[in-house]
Amino acid sequence: MGEKVLMKGNEAIGEAAIRANCKGFFGYPITPQTEVSAYMAKKMPKIDRVFLQAESEVAAINMVYGAAGTGVRCMTSSSSPGISLKAEGVSYIAGAELPCVIIDIVRGGPGLGSIQPAQSDYHQVTKGLGHGDYNMPVFAPASIQEMVDLIMDAFDVADEYRNPVMVMGDGMLGQMMEPVEFKERELKEPVKPWAANGLAGRAEHNVINSLYLSPEALELHNIHLQKKFKAMKENLVRYELFNCDDDCDLIFVAYGTTARICKSVISYAAKDGIKLGLVRPISLWPFPVEAFDKTIAKTKHGYLSVEMSCGQMVDDVRAVVMGKKPVEFYGRSGGMIPEPMDIYDKVKEIMGGVK
Amino acid sequence: MAVVFDRPKALLDVSTHYCPGCTHGIIHRLVAEVIDELGIIDKTIGVAPVGCSVLAYNYFACDMFEAAHGRAPACATGIKRTNPDKVVFTYQGDGDLASIGTAEIVHAANRGENITTIFVNNCIYGMTGGQMAPTTLIGQVTETSPYGRDAKSTGYPIRIAEMLSTLEGATYIARVSVDTVPNVMKAKQAIKKAFQIQLEGKGFALVEVLSICPTNWGLSPLEAMDWLRANMIPYYSLGVKKDKTEEVK
Repeated sequence: MGEKVLMKGNEAIGEAAIRANCKGFFGYPITPQTEVSAYMAKKMPKIDRVFLQAESEVAAINMVYGAAGTGVRCMTSSSSPGISLKAEGVSYIAGAELPCVIIDIVRGGPGLGSIQPAQSDYHQVTKGLGHGDYNMPVFAPASIQEMVDLIMDAFDVADEYRNPVMVMGDGMLGQMMEPVEFKERELKEPVKPWAANGLAGRAEHNVINSLYLSPEALELHNIHLQKKFKAMKENLVRYELFNCDDDCDLIFVAYGTTARICKSVISYAAKDGIKLGLVRPISLWPFPVEAFDKTIAKTKHGYLSVEMSCGQMVDDVRAVVMGKKPVEFYGRSGGMIPEPMDIYDKVKEIMGGVK
Repeated sequence: MAVVFDRPKALLDVSTHYCPGCTHGIIHRLVAEVIDELGIIDKTIGVAPVGCSVLAYNYFACDMFEAAHGRAPACATGIKRTNPDKVVFTYQGDGDLASIGTAEIVHAANRGENITTIFVNNCIYGMTGGQMAPTTLIGQVTETSPYGRDAKSTGYPIRIAEMLSTLEGATYIARVSVDTVPNVMKAKQAIKKAFQIQLEGKGFALVEVLSICPTNWGLSPLEAMDWLRANMIPYYSLGVKKDKTEEVK
């Protein structure tokens, strides 16, 4: 058992990666996640590991490509505009089947947007990021403790599937402080016979590559990748059901910081005799379809997706619910954080003017 | 019978996709001979670019990466930083290094990354069928400069070796040509030195190799060699542009 320490989210990200045996961190300064780089800059050289501030987000993700291709655990971290820039590199990493962890501490957009918390990267990160047919597991913690645990899991998942894995938090999670415990755990770091880390007597050279000039070969590669994504969909689904044991008037769908706000609304509403539940996706990809299978019969007025965006996850909720129950949306954007009472007003509006 | 000429061990026994007369074959061979002579094949990791030499990973026998367009120096940085005991080289063309990858090469050089870059300059985008490159000479006709490159609208051919020589972090920068046997020998010496500098932990080394593209220049290989001598060498002067290992002596 480790002891509990009070840590800022962004620093806890760095510490979690170090404990997961991350040997190389390549970053670029961008608010609101710059403290990740600062933490790694301080800690990594002291334990003979690599911290490097890249010249750009593009270079940082390609440094990850290089390091990951030699078989070492590595990570990069950024925020929304930087994640857009990394898209090319992430596609290459997925195509070449390299494991790595990418952190996205989301800020408002589009464009330069703002530096305040947001969840408006949902579409770009859950639909793969970058070109081509691929998917990337995306985990969305709602507390710093969960963020730390998910980052350590992310390294294992990345190695298991040889795929990039993202942990996405809104700017709030990066900036706030909470007590956190770094649990002792066994590293599931496999032997990597595919790594291009020098022949050292090996008969055949290893090649890290995503180019397949023959259409037949590329299709076979895609079929192979799709098998992996199917396995990920079966094995990596994570979610929390909160207050959904009995029938509900309405069920929230929310992740990260907004899920915490929804929990406050649930307790206010209970005092008024209104029974609200929460589906909290932890894996945004794969999207937790079964959470809806388990709750759809229990909700009278359907689902309300609450997001710090103009309505992104709600598309996945609608795709899963398939019109069997109403799906409503409430969101704030631009770095505005939904107020509990505003969410509650939306609930009452949906329920038909309950006063 | 005594074997007097053989394939270097660092090159695989495969046919290449290069056009007849292309000098990539010579340059591949020089790099491979250097790897053999230094006895480093077991610890060498190469990074291929996007461009004509994209398939170099199929030709070099050491472990290889294929990087995104222009990103080979960043990829090599990630490899070398986490594997400092390995020998890491990038092999890049002029579209890859001097256009889309300028940020990566400048900063790798400026950080003094302990890697070796072989930069093949043939004044044109070859793989995509002969478009204007940043290195295309003034007046040179390409698919995207059909009336000849005009400095007014497209600027000037970029001298990478000279530009990188201004950076404190760069240790060794040379420009060579493979148009004649003596120049091929000099090119090999420069490439060997660029690898030795890395082995000694002395930092960033780049060898710019002037190369021909008979196919996209629309010339025979012999005419292309003449064109290189008549047009490229006067603008892209040969020689060592920077050598910190000599300065300290």
